[in-house]
Amino acid sequence: MSWLPQSVSGRIYASLLLILAPAPFFFEWINQPFYLDLLSRALILAIAAISLNLILGFGGMVSLGHAAYIGIGAYCVGIPSYYDYYNGWLHLGLALSVSASFALLTGAISLRTKGVYFIMITMAFSQMVFFILLSLEEYGADDGLVIYSRSEFPAWLSMDSSTSLYYWIFGLLLLSLFFIHRLVNARFGRVIVGSKFNEQRMQALGFNTYRYRLVCYVISAMICALAGMLLGNFAGFISPDMISWARSGELIFMVIIGGVGSFFGPLVGTIAFVLLEEFLSLITVYWHLIFGLMLIALVLFGKGGIHGWLSLLDRRGGGHG
Amino acid sequence: MLELANVETFYGTIQVLFGMSMRCKRGEVTTLIGRNGMGKTTTVGSIIGTLESRGGDIRFDGEVISGRPAYEVAQLGIGLVPEGRQVFPNLSVRENLVATAANYSGSSDPWTLDSVLEFFPRLRERLDNQGSQLSGGEQQMLAIGRALMLNPRLLILDEATEGLAPLIRQEIWRRLEQLKQSGMTILLIDKNIDELAHIADRHFIIEKGRMVWQGDSDALTEDASLKARYLGI
Repeated sequence: MSWLPQSVSGRIYASLLLILAPAPFFFEWINQPFYLDLLSRALILAIAAISLNLILGFGGMVSLGHAAYIGIGAYCVGIPSYYDYYNGWLHLGLALSVSASFALLTGAISLRTKGVYFIMITMAFSQMVFFILLSLEEYGADDGLVIYSRSEFPAWLSMDSSTSLYYWIFGLLLLSLFFIHRLVNARFGRVIVGSKFNEQRMQALGFNTYRYRLVCYVISAMICALAGMLLGNFAGFISPDMISWARSGELIFMVIIGGVGSFFGPLVGTIAFVLLEEFLSLITVYWHLIFGLMLIALVLFGKGGIHGWLSLLDRRGGGHG
Repeated sequence: MLELANVETFYGTIQVLFGMSMRCKRGEVTTLIGRNGMGKTTTVGSIIGTLESRGGDIRFDGEVISGRPAYEVAQLGIGLVPEGRQVFPNLSVRENLVATAANYSGSSDPWTLDSVLEFFPRLRERLDNQGSQLSGGEQQMLAIGRALMLNPRLLILDEATEGLAPLIRQEIWRRLEQLKQSGMTILLIDKNIDELAHIADRHFIIEKGRMVWQGDSDALTEDASLKARYLGI
């Protein structure tokens, strides 16, 4: 059947989505709500990693400040909730518009730089947000802010239960994957991908690459803010810690583990990251050391990440697509 | 159509063009010849806007284009086949051709994917291959095809046949001859003087960032001392 993925990796990714779809019912059946929480958190971070992959993997823009947009999304739930505004559409609209405005402003400046300067300037903007939130005592400063109730949507879209919130997360994950797939395969995406390799050449073909990259950056930030909005609702608590540059670094690792510039790589990379983080911490308190060594090994020897390994199966199986 | 007058271009503090002047007439093939390091590619960079000239003036169809960003110059209808091909290795042949396609000249009979594939049938066989998987000759065909897909009014080819096998070179020269017959204005940079003399109407020789000679093909081929003095042949 032509609609089935042709490659081995494509079938594995499709199977993964099919496994993820009924996950809440499975965990309810085995009475392990903890695993549903773990998976929900992983998928929220996967949305953020997918958004980062749009600029990093496809556009070659290595941002060390992307966690700022998770924070912006989360605070767009937390601050209105603090004033008893729980309307979900308000939260959603705020998350999208504030993140887009911030990305437009900071991207317009950051994208005038390249390479290591871009990394540093994105980190600097993210740290600015971090310290601003840290100074806002009204909203808990470094103690953070508790969100007592989740964003309110019509009953059929409610995110009150763990299961319904999971389907919000899963739905937005699918939408993000679909949207980015369409975007990258459209002319817009080809210009972004081409610019990653040779921006000057793309300009000589008549494209104002700065504008394309800026739009790409803003779209990526908005998707990341959606992850932040979900994280605020999921955790019921927000703090400036969500925005620290270390969180942005973790997002980069999630993308690298999964495979830079692949559509599903960040999803599997984030799930692997969150599971490793969780289970290694059960084994030893020094889990950071083991985790760090594993990441170093991956960067040194596992070029292409998990997606790279799965692509080897495609070549052996002669599959394509 | 294209006119450079006393153009001065620098790399940082190092001056490369010292009042370079030349012009391309509509419907003609013009060449820019010179030894390595004399400023040919710098002249191209100054025309297409990837290098900023600090003095003089570059006009395209009467409009000043010096100082304008590269994407605006391309939109005015200047297509470039760059030195070293520079196809996008991470895009397929089809994507290389289609993703950047435009009709900057407003042609009523524009180049399309089909017409480019008809022009270079070899690309049709490689349509789904990545740019990095092509041979040098195929990459050059792709680079020319990509420039044609912009439907430029002026086509610039920097080192059009450099590093290509003799058979592929012949194929490229034949295609350029066809483009000339179709009335396209072309600025050619290459080292193959015999082929250039055969195909081009007017030649400019550049030496140390200055135009030192101009003339037609007969004048170029007849003057042996010219080649020895400026081209090292």
